Amino acid sequence: MLDKIGIAKRIAKEVKNGYYVNLGIGIPTLVANYVCKDIEVDFQSENGVLGMGPFPFEGEEDADLINAGKQTITTLEGASFFDSATSFSMIRGKHVQLTILGAMEVSHNGDIANWKIPGYMVKGMGGAMDLVASAENIIVAMMHTNKKESLNFLNVALFHSRVLVVLKKWLLI
Amino acid sequence: MINKQVANAKEALKGLTDGMTLMLGGFGLCGIPENAIAEMVAMDVKKITCISNNAGVDNFGLGLLLQKHQIRKMVSSYVGENDEFERQMLSGELEVELIPQGTLAERCRAAQAGFPAIYTPAGYGTEVAEGKETREFDGKMYILETAFKADFSFVKAWKGDAAGNLIFKATARNFNPNMCGAATITVAEVEELVPVGSLDPNQIHIPGIFVQRIFEGKGYKKRIEKRTVRQKI
Repeated sequence: MLDKIGIAKRIAKEVKNGYYVNLGIGIPTLVANYVCKDIEVDFQSENGVLGMGPFPFEGEEDADLINAGKQTITTLEGASFFDSATSFSMIRGKHVQLTILGAMEVSHNGDIANWKIPGYMVKGMGGAMDLVASAENIIVAMMHTNKKESLNFLNVALFHSRVLVVLKKWLLI
Repeated sequence: MINKQVANAKEALKGLTDGMTLMLGGFGLCGIPENAIAEMVAMDVKKITCISNNAGVDNFGLGLLLQKHQIRKMVSSYVGENDEFERQMLSGELEVELIPQGTLAERCRAAQAGFPAIYTPAGYGTEVAEGKETREFDGKMYILETAFKADFSFVKAWKGDAAGNLIFKATARNFNPNMCGAATITVAEVEELVPVGSLDPNQIHIPGIFVQRIFEGKGYKKRIEKRTVRQKI
């Protein structure tokens, strides 16, 4: 079974030359580290940056420059900033070629649960529903088991229907 | 030029009363209107509805208003990182409407642009769509989402002038431009209020027509939520 780094390395192989890629929070953030250096790729973060670079060196953090996971980041040459409506125009308008996001659970037909456990925990869907409603190409990055060693990949019948967002295409590694 | 400048946060928030609906810019703690929030805490305004992507953290941002039970309802896309928020929500003290982030941005923009509603595919087939009108376009289903209606919009910009023109910095831009002109009164607080004429008109992100009041904020803390660095090799 792959660990987080292993999963990130495997997903990185799906990132192709010329792609604009939206990176979600968690394992997806790690993917940027393992993308082949010979190809041209731009990473988008839905809080308003295209051309996202690595984390800053200590002492160079800028409170005004973060990713969707609220981590401090840097930008690469050719980067741009934009407002949230423009950011989701890129996503909803299918200008982003690949979306890599995390999830709590995923079913065998590609439904994902990512934002609440009814009656227990609610975090909110953030940009995930916009991403899965419009993206052509989606990869869910997650561990095979949760912290209690239960499987994260479930039969759809076990799903609480109200927590679903639906994927059209997905990749199980 | 029409002068929008006011002296301080107190003057900028004049007319804000209990029960109003407010928009607040920011993503996490990045680009939040710190001065307006501090003034609301001082005013002790109650039963407000906040349209904001996030709800701050326990002791900063909108978390300061939550601590004092000043918020009746939150409309947000992501509310993690805040224990007091989760406690108030699960106990039913706080009403919460969670909506997709792109929908939140577009409902602000619709209000700014004079559209009564917009169609989006986000959330179709989930509880987000419950009770909402749906329609098919080219074989795909969409939800009708209405424009927000708000009394005040509080935004934070990097630079601005007395005409209300605004320039934002890096990812502190986020929802701030979309909320300008989307409420009855838009209040912009800026890190630096520069003389009229010194901003290059080519570089202005939000024209002053969308702003009713502007002031230079003070004492920005700009707290970093998740300081992340790499090692020098």
